[in-house]
Amino acid sequence: MKSLAELEAIRNKTLDQIKMRTNKSGKRVVVGMATCGIAAGARPVMNAFTEELAKRKLSDVSVTMTGCIGVCRLEPIVEIFDADGTKVTYVKMTAEKAARIVSEHIVNGRVCQDLTIGAAEAESK
Amino acid sequence: MEFFRAHVLICGGTGCTSSNSPAIKKELEAQLYKNKLDKEVKVVTTGCFGLCAEGPIMVVYPEGAMYTMVRVEDVKEIVEEHLIKGRLVKRLLAGDKEAVDSSRSLENVDFFKRQVRIALRNCGIINPENIDEYIAYDGYKALAKALTELTPDQVIAEVKKSGLRGRGGAGFPTGLKWEFTKKSAGDQKYVCCNADEGDPGAFMDRSVLEGDPHSILEAMEIAGYAVGSDQGYIYVRAEYPIAVKRLEIAIKQAKEYGLLGKNIFGTSFNFDIELRLGAGAFVCGEETALITSIEGKRGEPKPKPPFPAVRGLWQKPTLLNNVETYANIPVIFNKGADWFASIGTEKSKGTKVFAVGGKINNTGLVEIPIGTTLREIIYDIGGGIPNGKKFKAAQTGGPSGGCIPASHIDTPIDYETLKELGSMMGSGGLIVMDEDNCMVDIARFFLEFTVDESCGKCPPCRIGTKRMLEILERITGGKGEMEDIDKLEVLAKNIIASALCGLGQSAPQPVLSTLRYFRDEYIAHVRDKKCPAGVCKSMMSYVIAADHCKKCGICAKNCPVSCISGDKNTPYVIDQEKCIKCGACMEKCPFKAIFKNA
Repeated sequence: MKSLAELEAIRNKTLDQIKMRTNKSGKRVVVGMATCGIAAGARPVMNAFTEELAKRKLSDVSVTMTGCIGVCRLEPIVEIFDADGTKVTYVKMTAEKAARIVSEHIVNGRVCQDLTIGAAEAESK
Repeated sequence: MEFFRAHVLICGGTGCTSSNSPAIKKELEAQLYKNKLDKEVKVVTTGCFGLCAEGPIMVVYPEGAMYTMVRVEDVKEIVEEHLIKGRLVKRLLAGDKEAVDSSRSLENVDFFKRQVRIALRNCGIINPENIDEYIAYDGYKALAKALTELTPDQVIAEVKKSGLRGRGGAGFPTGLKWEFTKKSAGDQKYVCCNADEGDPGAFMDRSVLEGDPHSILEAMEIAGYAVGSDQGYIYVRAEYPIAVKRLEIAIKQAKEYGLLGKNIFGTSFNFDIELRLGAGAFVCGEETALITSIEGKRGEPKPKPPFPAVRGLWQKPTLLNNVETYANIPVIFNKGADWFASIGTEKSKGTKVFAVGGKINNTGLVEIPIGTTLREIIYDIGGGIPNGKKFKAAQTGGPSGGCIPASHIDTPIDYETLKELGSMMGSGGLIVMDEDNCMVDIARFFLEFTVDESCGKCPPCRIGTKRMLEILERITGGKGEMEDIDKLEVLAKNIIASALCGLGQSAPQPVLSTLRYFRDEYIAHVRDKKCPAGVCKSMMSYVIAADHCKKCGICAKNCPVSCISGDKNTPYVIDQEKCIKCGACMEKCPFKAIFKNA
């Protein structure tokens, strides 16, 4: 170890990997992973989220799973929680949609209205 | 970059290891592999979480869900429910199992809510065998700052300003100790770490070494820079194999990174650390005995002065601090001496780790701001006393300390108040006692310990404590006389005044302290030949109440010395001559027909 910069580099690299153990304020991506969700393809969706977040080094965003929300016909369902607790529910998710949500919603804070449960319900009427 | 969506931390401290955490980790890895989750979920062995009574402990992030008393059979459910479906396994969660906050349960457990973790900051969060994780949480940053931005005098000034005092027992100001060592003339100086934790029931130093070994290395290096030393020794008990192993790994990793060795951070500062294993003699926790033991000689104390800061290891100026003291050092530099000094009381700054044991629900390690009351520790953090029993006293400071009676439960705990109460902070063992503990017996227990551990070099300790123990055995054996109590006091005062080292000088404390607060119990033993708590076997007996006895014979079956007789038609009776007073019959009687006659 010859310099502070070297130490800092190790620190930043590792902190990104383990920040979830102490981080309390980041956004949360919650993927519905009950039987209905998994059958509809939730796993590739979740993988797409983790890959996309890793690519962009967004280590303060956590990805977790949850059970069935009850609207199985709209699975895979993903909910994004902001730090303040507000949430947006996205339905009929795919890996492509996941990438778009990361760049538009998580990075730039613009909700993808057309992918939300509200849009899907309006469409079916 | 590897991205894991979840981290599962399993405690690898001594407590959880002995309750099978390695097997749980193995099963978890197998289950993750089977469910193809091994690339998504990271498994980490970490240090002590502190809630040892509830071990083995597992914490799952990002939720921070803490699972307690996990068994190998539970792992499958945790994987299938929590890690696959995202549903918490509520029956295994710590704390109030009904009212669980679905997101972050770790912070919501009463046991953790009131703690302030400085010395234990990384325990249960990082993998102690991975230097990168230590660095991620600001590890070695304080060393870098000290070496590149501060002069040795500025380092010492910062430690002095923080108000940090020695956590090994006596509470000597750490900054002053550093200054004395720096000012001592000598071509070679040494920095030593006292990891010879020996008080019965105390294990905070072990937990720091097991959970965060790099914090000790970093602090010793900062100390080395401050006092002008290039060689450190950690004196650790050989009975702490996990701590020794993790220290060895930490030293190896620090050397690979150039964080130990020559020209650290490109400066002219060199530092090396070696381990010295102690064979487990209690007296080696005393500083002069510890130094003698490092030299390879029999661990016997020497008179002070000269103090180690002047003439210590191999006659050279030596700085010796305790593990927990060192663990505070990096934080003082990262967060500032003012921040540190803002925690605690006027004369005692920062936090103290206590190993809480005895009659308490949450046995384990707690770190609290100095000045917290005993009531908060026992009832708010410790979860109170089991079976609704009444709190009687708390013993602090181990064999050198004393008891704090229930009447002082609201006293803020710091170095001074404990001393006024006739006890001491000590290394931080805190044994809680309820109405079923006999205080004379407690005093006898601690004295028996010091008699065993006395090195025998000076007569007051070698002979005096032995005589005191004989008197106490006479009293608990029902053969005491009133003048024995006075003899105890005279002997105690003489030993304190004349013993060579801290062990002898403090050995009578448990007796004096119990005499001070519980003299009536001594008198009851001597005059009435009664043990009010029903502990001393010579003064109590187990009796079967004939009118309650249902003649089932369960007591007779469980008696290890077959001294209970009776049959279907005659109530059972205990033969008091043969009875060894083990209490097995009372425990097994389904009708509560057997009671203690004190």
